[in-house]
Amino acid sequence: MNTSLNYAYYPGCSSTGTSIEYDMSSRAVCAALDIQLNDVPDWSCCGSTPAHTVDHTLSSALSARNLDQVASMGLDSCITPCPSCLANLKTAKHRMEDAGFRDKVNNLLDKPANTQVGTKSVLQILVEDYGVENIKKKVVKPLTGRAVGAYYGCILNRPAELMQFDDREHPMAMDNIMEALGATVVAFPLKVECCGASFGIPRKDLVMRLSGKLLDTAKGIGAMALVTACPLCQMNLDMRQAQVNNANDSHHDMPIFYFTQLMGLALGLTEKELGIDKLCVSPRTVLDAMASEQSVKERAA
Amino acid sequence: MKIGVFVCHCGSNIEATVDTAAVAAAARQFPGVAFATDTMYTCSEPGQDEIVAAIKEHNLGGVVVASCTPRMHEQTFRRTVERAGLNRYLFEMANIREHVSWIGKDREANTNKSIDLVRMATEKLTHNRPLYSKKFDINKRVLVIGGGVAGIQAALDCADGGLEVVMVEKTSTIGGKMAKLDKTFPTVDCSSCILGPRMVDVAQHPNITLYAYSEIEEINGYVGNFEIKVKKKATYVDWDLCTGCGICMEKCPSKKATDFFNEGIGKTTAINIPFPQAIPKKAKIDPAFCTKLTKGKCGVCAKVCPSGCINYEMQDEFITEKVGAIVTATGFDLFDWSVYGEYGGGRYPDVITGLQYERMLSASGPTGGHIKRPSDGKEPKNIVFIQCVGSRDKSVGRPYCTGFCCMYTAKQAILTKDHLPESQSYVFYMDIRAIGKLYDEFTRRAMEEYDTKYIRGRVSMIYPKGDKLLVRGADTLMGSQVEVDADLVVLAVGAEAAAGASKLAEKLRISYDTYGFYMEGHPKLKPVETNTAGVYLAGACQGPKDIPSSVAQGSAAAAKVLGLFSKDQLESDPQVSIVDIKRCIGCGKCIKTCPYGAIKETELRGMVKADVIETICQGCGICTSTCPQGAVQLQHFTDNQILSEVNALCQF
Repeated sequence: MNTSLNYAYYPGCSSTGTSIEYDMSSRAVCAALDIQLNDVPDWSCCGSTPAHTVDHTLSSALSARNLDQVASMGLDSCITPCPSCLANLKTAKHRMEDAGFRDKVNNLLDKPANTQVGTKSVLQILVEDYGVENIKKKVVKPLTGRAVGAYYGCILNRPAELMQFDDREHPMAMDNIMEALGATVVAFPLKVECCGASFGIPRKDLVMRLSGKLLDTAKGIGAMALVTACPLCQMNLDMRQAQVNNANDSHHDMPIFYFTQLMGLALGLTEKELGIDKLCVSPRTVLDAMASEQSVKERAA
Repeated sequence: MKIGVFVCHCGSNIEATVDTAAVAAAARQFPGVAFATDTMYTCSEPGQDEIVAAIKEHNLGGVVVASCTPRMHEQTFRRTVERAGLNRYLFEMANIREHVSWIGKDREANTNKSIDLVRMATEKLTHNRPLYSKKFDINKRVLVIGGGVAGIQAALDCADGGLEVVMVEKTSTIGGKMAKLDKTFPTVDCSSCILGPRMVDVAQHPNITLYAYSEIEEINGYVGNFEIKVKKKATYVDWDLCTGCGICMEKCPSKKATDFFNEGIGKTTAINIPFPQAIPKKAKIDPAFCTKLTKGKCGVCAKVCPSGCINYEMQDEFITEKVGAIVTATGFDLFDWSVYGEYGGGRYPDVITGLQYERMLSASGPTGGHIKRPSDGKEPKNIVFIQCVGSRDKSVGRPYCTGFCCMYTAKQAILTKDHLPESQSYVFYMDIRAIGKLYDEFTRRAMEEYDTKYIRGRVSMIYPKGDKLLVRGADTLMGSQVEVDADLVVLAVGAEAAAGASKLAEKLRISYDTYGFYMEGHPKLKPVETNTAGVYLAGACQGPKDIPSSVAQGSAAAAKVLGLFSKDQLESDPQVSIVDIKRCIGCGKCIKTCPYGAIKETELRGMVKADVIETICQGCGICTSTCPQGAVQLQHFTDNQILSEVNALCQF
């Protein structure tokens, strides 16, 4: 097994707040798989949506500085759990290839940024560098009987030319991991649909409609839970689930896990380490139901 | 040699960015130039007459025309100087349009470059010698490659014109794509009813030899005298004995073979006749699915065949045919639409291609003409047609318009209503391109009389919801999103070059475009010719075409062949290599490098020498650059002629 995996780790701002359990579980899973994560020193926000919707130069300056910090660590590869951070870091690297744009960005920084470092998602390195087969070998508590749907969101794989990972319309990375963990993967047809993203603030009705549709569909295909790889998707589906129910007169009670949380459980880590208690919609029924073979059979019946 | 120079304005094409009068004035100073002028249209009748008059008045020995590319008018001017009594090779052309005026706007630089090009041409001309063509006999047989509707038309027209025709078809039956269609637009007449009789004519015509299930292995020779090696692929059935009774198909236990004729809708048997009207109506075994051929067990067809024609030991066979001309009618294939992840990339059984839908509509198809969902066999109620799948889409490398999908979709929508009156059809389109006689009226009928809902916009996603498919797209006229609950989705998949088109082009020595479609001799004026003498094009191999256009091209290609064969002898091109035996040391390097096998070894007074077979030489010049002695010289492009051009250009 490959034990030499070693990456710079860029957690992103939401990892310190709303998606702390994504950060906890990502770190815990990597530790369990002997993947070494090195925190980027003095990292800052990537600029997120507020920066890139207003000013590309400013947005790239924020991301470029973080890439420069990674380069100073002497590591050639950076990973982040958050697709939005990933998109910003990758976009900055791409835009900085243009000399004119690079000069503009460097003018904003204390020193010219070295943006040669490539960034990948935690999901991508787990699938491509570590390998699904190797994950399977590490499973101690298979997720047998858990019917989960994998929800990727709209930006993890797109635009395809930039993200260069998995299929832009039909990604399978999380489906394959969940299957390796022993879960029953239900094919989720809206796996790359938008959840409404940050429109939750200016246009909540949009999120109610879009996230509502995701939950309706997930329920319709018999998923007990969804797994995500995006803090914003997770928040809209999990934290806003009660709002969605109110707005749409629905009665969803569907836990929304980060895929790393379910990975951690299958690898034998504790719920505490994985921040399971941070989820808004209680996963209790689902997790307890899984605990005994008997209840699985009952549910099937 | 007294030289005359004629600098053409080409209207404003050249004159706008080149000072042609200055070019003519400069030319008057070149050694040997006795007369120079600029003219409005040198290729026009007065323009040509001016050349003839100048030759006579100034007693010119050679002429330079500075105008367009030689591919446009070299023949024209060669005939002009011939009219005035000069040898046609005492003429040179300087291309100051495509190489100068059309590509630069700097009038001064353009004028200087034009002067340089004219100087090169006059210098070369002083080294030109009269050349004379030889005559050679031709073989008045024609090869037609491809048995679709274009090839059938070309073959029948040639055969009716009295020519012997050899037709080579890749699959085990002729008929091509048209044989798979249920009805044709805009008349909605039955495709196999109009094509069937022509297919029978091919089989019965005394002048046509048909090699079905065969491919072109090798092509040698030149116009008038091609030698073709045909590979007859092993069918494992002796076609001389097979009566097409079909008992083998009934009894074959291997019933899960891919049904290529039915586009994978349904399955067929390992031994099969593609469809009831197949020509020739002979069985063949698909070896990938035959358990006798893959595992050595079975042999049922051999037991049941009443004429004992099954032969599991059959091998590919090679046949040589000699012909004088070739009509290429290899058609098209459908674009592989599985790259469209948003349409499911092939994961949903109820998303099918237009051609699959045709097979479903056809009474002789796998569903007997009933529209059924492939997933559960149920009759669909809502049917969504999506246009431009692999057409007009740069993102999948297919920026061109296939041209016939708008029409076949309208036809399928009409037929759908005829088959299922309760159904509702939706068409997502970009633009409706119904250019043709009665075509636009036809698409209007689909909308107005058959209540087809046309939605202008692209589909962004198809996903399953229960046992239906949810089709989501944009309505760009309403500026809104649309979602349709569909039972069946039919993709109007565009055309691309036939599989193997580029390989065949290399054998034919013809050129093809970025997408693999064959290049015509001239986009306007030589639509069925190629730049290889004796090789003609018909149908969709040259670019996507509907049936009427394909048939028209089949007839046009036949007319070209009949015209070519109206003479008993053809003139050879004297621009070939010639060996100077005094210089040749018999090293044989030219023999090894000649791509056409046009140079042979001969003996002269006990010494080995090279000798060029003039009729085979294509004038490529590879031998001349290989020869260490400079003994092989390509006529009209000798070392001295080329060096004189270089000297003219590099004199400072």
